[in-house]
Amino acid sequence: MDLERRRLFGGGLSMGALTLLTGCDISDHDSVQRALAAVSRFNDRVQAALFGAHKLAPTFSEAEAVKDFRYNAWYGPEKAPKLSPSDYRLTLAGMIADKTPWTVEKLYTLPQTTQITRHICVEGWSMIGKWGGAPLSTFLQRIGADLSAKYVGFECADGYYEGIDMPTALHPQTLMAFKLSDETLPTRHGYPFKMRIPTKLGFKNPKFVTTIYVTNQQPRGFWTDRGYNWFSGI
Amino acid sequence: MKQIQVQTHPIATRVTHWLMALAILVLIGSGWRIYNASPIFGFTFPEWATLGGDVEQALALHNDPGVASAIAWHFAAMWLLAASYLGFMLWNLVSGHFRRDFLPVGAASFWRDFSAAIRFRLDHRLGEYNVVQRVAYWGVLASVAMMLLSGITIWKPVQTYPLELLFGGFQGARIVHFVFMTAIALFIVIHVALVILVPKTFVAMTLGKATADHTGER
Repeated sequence: MDLERRRLFGGGLSMGALTLLTGCDISDHDSVQRALAAVSRFNDRVQAALFGAHKLAPTFSEAEAVKDFRYNAWYGPEKAPKLSPSDYRLTLAGMIADKTPWTVEKLYTLPQTTQITRHICVEGWSMIGKWGGAPLSTFLQRIGADLSAKYVGFECADGYYEGIDMPTALHPQTLMAFKLSDETLPTRHGYPFKMRIPTKLGFKNPKFVTTIYVTNQQPRGFWTDRGYNWFSGI
Repeated sequence: MKQIQVQTHPIATRVTHWLMALAILVLIGSGWRIYNASPIFGFTFPEWATLGGDVEQALALHNDPGVASAIAWHFAAMWLLAASYLGFMLWNLVSGHFRRDFLPVGAASFWRDFSAAIRFRLDHRLGEYNVVQRVAYWGVLASVAMMLLSGITIWKPVQTYPLELLFGGFQGARIVHFVFMTAIALFIVIHVALVILVPKTFVAMTLGKATADHTGER
């Protein structure tokens, strides 16, 4: 083995060691996390530019819709909050003219549509479901929300919180979903309603929504606070 | 017969080669961590081989097995790969490197070199690419293009919707992404093994020039 070859093996070994280290080390450095967060914010801007306000998510046939839709949360379905229709109030806050809280009964008077769209999880799985509910844009107009504001935020009964950009909030397929598979939204899926946003990843579809607010400051997000990309458009 | 062989790589080729190498290592490591969150096939990748930080720590801190960090790595390195790949392709098209050194590629000459290679009778000549090498390089460059296409389909399945139909749907695009990742990983294993056998190619790709006489390196 000549000297050059030996040097190369040494180089090869340290490359291997570096790869091994990256698995448990480099990612957790604050400076690395800051750099990755900066790229993630750049990706937010790219995605906002790519977003087509009128481009519809693909829709599917009735036969393709899954009846027993997958339950997904960081807690088990038995711990899902049970909201009673008599006590529930949807609180409104921020840049909204009429902040009177809404009851379930009043929410159900909103004009409703159905959509058969695909839920795509950030983990990679996907599932087609049939959703029924009111377009968020109709609701925002009804309550006199400032539609020139940048964001709409959501707070939820299970401690979850999310927020989306105004163009997505006004997208025709962004629904306040009261129904799943033609039936009243089950408790585990977010009764009385969940946001159904087929142009976003699954985690940006909050359930058990109890507050909607309109703001110019980017709302925080439960999984975004844990390092996921904020815009998460698909 | 003694014969001097020279291999040179211009700075543009070297820089884009190493940037692509770095981007691909990061993308494969983080991609394996993302794969583990929702495996397509009946296996997962060992945690030590994946990129995304300490799993136990991430679970304890915020209930996430380091997939957030892995995705952040993946969506950072994708820009590096796209830019360096584009730079590499444009440079080598314009400079004539592809035309001069990687063509022609024919079935008969491929078969001749391939059968010589598997019987270990194919000499490595520094600065010259045999037909098996040429095909391997075209293959890995095409695989990167497929990764970029299937990757954008998985990232933006609504905004690029018709594209996923080419891959047989969203889950089909994930399988295509996996298959070409495997092809690139196999290429890397063979590529690195051959570089260890002929270390002067490493010198040329790093410093720009290497020479050998035919009686020396094989």
